[in-house]
Amino acid sequence: MKTVQQVRLIWKPAVFAACLLPFALVVGDLFEITGRLGANPVEEIMDRFGNWSLRFILLTLAVTPVRRISGWNWLARFRRMLGLFTFFYVLMHFLTWLVLDQGLLLPAIIEDIAKRPFITIGFMALVLLTALAATSTAAVRRRMGRRWQTLHNAVYLIGFLGVWHYWWQVKKDITEPLLYALILAALLAHRLWWRFRQPK
Amino acid sequence: MIKKKPDIRPSEITSLENYINRRDFIRAGAIAGGSLLTPAALAAVVPDSRRATLPDVGSSQFSTDETPNSYDDITTYNNFYEFGTGKDDPVVYAREFKPRPWTISVEGHAEKTGTFDFEDFIKPFDLEERIYRMRCVEAWSMVIPWVGISLAEVVKYLQPTSKAKYVAFETLNDPAQMPGVRRRVLDWPYREGLTIAEATNPLPILAVGIYGEVIPNQNGAPIRLVVPWKYGFKGIKSIVKIRFTERQPKCSWNMSQPREYGFYANVNPNVDHPRWSQARERRIGAGIFADKQPTLMFNGYGDQVAQLYKGLDLRRNF
Repeated sequence: MKTVQQVRLIWKPAVFAACLLPFALVVGDLFEITGRLGANPVEEIMDRFGNWSLRFILLTLAVTPVRRISGWNWLARFRRMLGLFTFFYVLMHFLTWLVLDQGLLLPAIIEDIAKRPFITIGFMALVLLTALAATSTAAVRRRMGRRWQTLHNAVYLIGFLGVWHYWWQVKKDITEPLLYALILAALLAHRLWWRFRQPK
Repeated sequence: MIKKKPDIRPSEITSLENYINRRDFIRAGAIAGGSLLTPAALAAVVPDSRRATLPDVGSSQFSTDETPNSYDDITTYNNFYEFGTGKDDPVVYAREFKPRPWTISVEGHAEKTGTFDFEDFIKPFDLEERIYRMRCVEAWSMVIPWVGISLAEVVKYLQPTSKAKYVAFETLNDPAQMPGVRRRVLDWPYREGLTIAEATNPLPILAVGIYGEVIPNQNGAPIRLVVPWKYGFKGIKSIVKIRFTERQPKCSWNMSQPREYGFYANVNPNVDHPRWSQARERRIGAGIFADKQPTLMFNGYGDQVAQLYKGLDLRRNF
């Protein structure tokens, strides 16, 4: 059992720091302190942020199933933080693409979003996720009432778009996107099973 | 005045064609003279040890004067699916690969067919450094100082018959040494091909070295194809088979996704890959804030190769 005090003063800062590690590692590797980014650093940065985006959305979605199975209700207190870190890594992934990969070249950016389906899908996921992040505070949640949950159910759609975006971008070897897809499917299946298991 | 203006420029004395074929000329002379002494410079020799310096490497007029990428970039960022699909896989998983002893079998419509030891296969030719741009279909590029032998000379030497319209190549398919082929990511062995006209153009080489040294395993040791005006995947690595065919040979990426990878695979900024743009490319090593650069038609080798595709619709024959 974790007390509210313990969670607030110890566990939340610790989890926050852990969530920042992948970002810190990119910065450390960029300056060749912790490691190296390799021959194509822009691609490497983009791939790492993209991968962590998917990992974080799966972690966020895993909170409720794990809480129900284990009975660790204190886990719920980390759900918003994990969700916001998902948004953080998606935003970093997008900004890396926008600034470092496309060099802020507007015509190329618009053409890619409009004409390349895997980029269109990724962009849609970002737009939806921005709406969730913007409505994530307790005050907004109270004000939105029941509509809040309806909106935030979109997180599954975002997860699906994210995995699809990755799947479509891969040249041939789909091992990793397949793994993410399977985990996402399992989490969604648990959610559905839970809903229909409950008596009315 | 003692100084006299020369009224003939050197380029008027030796035609470009004779310049390019000068080795043939020398060789023909040596044979005509009945000489049994083959000049050392005419025999390509590749030492059987890692990173050994290659002897007697000539230079080439086809080399670009752009700055080559670092040895590190060229040898740690590789697409060689036989050793894994990650760019950093080949440098790790090709470490134990044994590129020697090696044999190459020549088959199909040619006078000289059979199985050749690697040493005998390259011996009749001479080593040249060719500094070429390399454009990957994934929209990145490098400049690589290859050392190799002219494919055109190899093809001529093997004497294809009039039935030979294409040259097909195959990579070694050895699950014991190549962990990547244990999974069917592609339909192994890796296959590639060129038309005879492309193969006898002076640009393509069979590369056996990089930076004046024996080519590292992860770059396609002991011998790989380099066709600088085509996307990198045409540059088949670790070649064990060369076949002269009448029909267009099957090529691995084309077999795998025919809508995305064509037989010709000429670098073309006007024909996008279905999933990404080919208009610009990222030059590896340019730094993280460097802009992408515009991709050139035929990767900038149009003067040498554009005539090969006269009358061909490059949008359909991508």
